[in-house]
Amino acid sequence: MQVQGPNGSGKTSLLRMLCGLATPAHGEIRWDGSEIRSLRGGGAYFGTMTYLGHASGVKDDLTAIENLRISSALSGVEIDEKKAHDALQHMGLGGRELLPAKVLSQGQRRRVTLARLLVCGTVLWILDEPLTALDAAAVKLVQGLLEQHLGQGGMIVMTTHQEIEIAAIATQRLQLA
Amino acid sequence: MFLWIIRRDLLLAMRRRADVLTTLFFFIIVVSLFPLGVGPEMNMLRVMAPGVVWVAALLASMLSLGRMFSGDHVDGTLEQMLISPQSLSLLVLGKALAHWLVTGVPLVLMAPVLGIQYDLPTDALLVLTASLLLGTPVLSLIGAIGAALTLGLRGGGVLVSLLVLPLYIPVLIFGAGAVEASTAGLGAGAHMSLLGAFLLASLVLAPWTAAVSLRISME
Repeated sequence: MQVQGPNGSGKTSLLRMLCGLATPAHGEIRWDGSEIRSLRGGGAYFGTMTYLGHASGVKDDLTAIENLRISSALSGVEIDEKKAHDALQHMGLGGRELLPAKVLSQGQRRRVTLARLLVCGTVLWILDEPLTALDAAAVKLVQGLLEQHLGQGGMIVMTTHQEIEIAAIATQRLQLA
Repeated sequence: MFLWIIRRDLLLAMRRRADVLTTLFFFIIVVSLFPLGVGPEMNMLRVMAPGVVWVAALLASMLSLGRMFSGDHVDGTLEQMLISPQSLSLLVLGKALAHWLVTGVPLVLMAPVLGIQYDLPTDALLVLTASLLLGTPVLSLIGAIGAALTLGLRGGGVLVSLLVLPLYIPVLIFGAGAVEASTAGLGAGAHMSLLGAFLLASLVLAPWTAAVSLRISME
């Protein structure tokens, strides 16, 4: 599902509510029929979901590979050096895994963040502007990644201002005024 | 997971040593200023020593509280922690423990050396170090609550001290009291037991409270 709307129309707020970071003023967010906050105790919902927000979550002082391994460990998936290396390679960061993130460009940092999608293994991806700062090649790469995820029966809720066509069985557009 | 967060925070501290060293040097300088200001009256210094060292330790550990969550808040890691399938309390406990390893342990190690400036006898030095060893983790744990509550506020640093310093008072009283009791020949056992009790209580309650505060601050 793609969420669209002009700046300030509440796209990010909606996504933050979907992942339980913000509480809706009315109504409730349900996952598998139960309210997500009631699932929080076991972390059942968080374990099935990956959220990538505006802030990259990339630490300046850590290398790309450390960033990836630590952020995946935080989301409950521990990966070894080899797997992290492969994911970064796939995202076009081969040879730059050991550089501290502060010397990476904005687009490269975004790629480090997006590399998490390759290793997370969750069903639901909530992506807030995943394509900002990416070049044309990287946009293609991410597009392929999203299509593959949808092809395997995954779900994606994303916002973007860029026009991308995603080939999938079911796509929806939500237009916020 | 818990170990990951500790490892990460220690790694970050290693890459940015200046932050760690400022806390330690602040402690050293504050403790060293008193003998210079008061003058070389051994009896007076010996009486003052535990209080001065403990107050300096409180202030030094508070100095670095602002950084406990703010870095993660700015770069979005904190959001990821809030939606982690792992318990947030456990993450907070890990962060508080890392904070203690980085700021508390160096203070504990320096304290006996600094105590010499106050002409403290050997057993008083030992008691002082032991009381700091028990007390400084409490400072980091209680501090985590204050840091979580003031996250993202302007002038949060001053607010943290207003929130947290009153809560530090019992630790200060019993920490400094332990040394005084041992020099007076009463034995430090009772004070140490109370410090240990504070440590256990804050180990259980503080991570949970700080986790709730983080959720409130991040809404």
